[in-house]
Amino acid sequence: MHLPIYLDYSATTPVDPRVAEKMLPYLCERFGNPASRSHSFGWEADAAVEEARNEVAALVHADPKEIVWTSGATESDNLAIKGAAHFYGETKGRHLISVKTEHKAVLDTLRDLERQGFRVTYLDAQKNGLIDLEAFQAALRDDTALVSVMLVNNEIGVIQPIAEIGDLCRARGIIFHVDAAQATGKVDIDLSALNVDLMSFSAHKTYGPKGIGALYVRRKPRARLEAQMHGGGHERGLRSGTLATHQIVGMGEAFRLARLEMAAETARVRRLRDRLLDGVSRIEAVHVNGDMTARVAHNLNVSFAYVEGESLMMALKDLAVSSGSACTSASLEPSYVLRALGQPDELAHSSIRFTLGRFTTKEEIDYAVELLRQKVGKLRDMSPLWEMAQAGVDLDAVQWAAH
Amino acid sequence: MSYSVKVIDHYENPRNVGGFDADEAGVGTGMVGAPACGDVMKLQIKVNDNGVIEDARFKTYGCGSAIASSSLITEWVKGKTVDEALEIKNAQIAEELALPPVKIHCSVLAEDAIKAAVADYRKKHCA
Repeated sequence: MHLPIYLDYSATTPVDPRVAEKMLPYLCERFGNPASRSHSFGWEADAAVEEARNEVAALVHADPKEIVWTSGATESDNLAIKGAAHFYGETKGRHLISVKTEHKAVLDTLRDLERQGFRVTYLDAQKNGLIDLEAFQAALRDDTALVSVMLVNNEIGVIQPIAEIGDLCRARGIIFHVDAAQATGKVDIDLSALNVDLMSFSAHKTYGPKGIGALYVRRKPRARLEAQMHGGGHERGLRSGTLATHQIVGMGEAFRLARLEMAAETARVRRLRDRLLDGVSRIEAVHVNGDMTARVAHNLNVSFAYVEGESLMMALKDLAVSSGSACTSASLEPSYVLRALGQPDELAHSSIRFTLGRFTTKEEIDYAVELLRQKVGKLRDMSPLWEMAQAGVDLDAVQWAAH
Repeated sequence: MSYSVKVIDHYENPRNVGGFDADEAGVGTGMVGAPACGDVMKLQIKVNDNGVIEDARFKTYGCGSAIASSSLITEWVKGKTVDEALEIKNAQIAEELALPPVKIHCSVLAEDAIKAAVADYRKKHCA
């Protein structure tokens, strides 16, 4: 077993060796510009790009013509939200709806639109992380132009009810964007059945390379966008810039493998995640964050009460995991996602996200559980809060000196 | 977050973890911070009849820097008089542990903990 153990597959995944192999020829040999129409170098590259487009479309049951290449999910989110807001803002209205637990690529894009005069409603999530459909329906207005809700949450892995949200949006002629960066290869996505107009994808969360993504733009009924990147008119004018053939080939192969292997892989990863959950549940005062049913198979997010997240991360240096506590950045703020669920700050501070993947083994999970048991115990022996809780003190009743 | 060797040493081998009976004469207890802020320090000193701190204990809920700051300060106060202990400044702790700017508050908390422990001791002692 190799240390440290990688349990951060929602941050990024390794490129599958089969994907890397498929990409290689497009760097030195088949290097043509897919936009070169006048010679075989260009034709060859163009054929590879279109084959990859077919694969991306096939995974999500879309038409290849509905797939636009971008640099990744962040760019896709920006293009979808700014592009639709600018296109429909004048005619439909300048009100937008999203959720407080969305990724920063969505939230910060919306903030930018607010500075331009758009108004945004940020819905609360329920305690289990899921959106309340009644509250959503109540937030819809006559001037609502766009709704953006992610399919799978990056921190807690919950799956939002996008089919229902899509139906509500379609009935009122509202454009519906879905960030599906964390979802491909994890849950079935059928865009032929869903009322989704725009959907963002990333390659590197699904065993493809970093720096490449795609945006699904529905054709029937047609979703219109204002381009955010201008230039040579690539991608039917929606996203100019020379296509990164090798990256695109990688994304296509990664999504092809996801389509073929998703069912078996999900079952295997779920068994490992449940093994981890079982082991972690044997530790006292552990709290699972987010719904366990409407959730992807590879995510476990837990708070270890009375232990601070960053010190736990330090103790777990043999595990590559991420903490809900953003103490590791400069902000010292606990996770805004867990806070949005109404989680007390101290539990938000002590959360750890484990995300498993294609190369996770049973031995690694067993090692992780044993390490957690030891280190949580050690830190609790050192924790005044644990001592007080053991003595029966109600920590909520204590007058803390905030600093 | 990359920690200094000293922070990692104190974190992995914390000195003087534990506690004294808070009701015992000569024991001063200071508890500072708040769970919602991500750190709580409990520092206890045991003062002899000559006003010298002969032992100290801590328990800390917090990041590695908070644990290291409290571990370090238990070492520093031992053998000092309570007046000398009050002279310890957070900047000295931050310098000794090479804390990055974002972690300076951990050293401030350790200084506050000592002050609170001495105040508690004096309150009991003078009463």
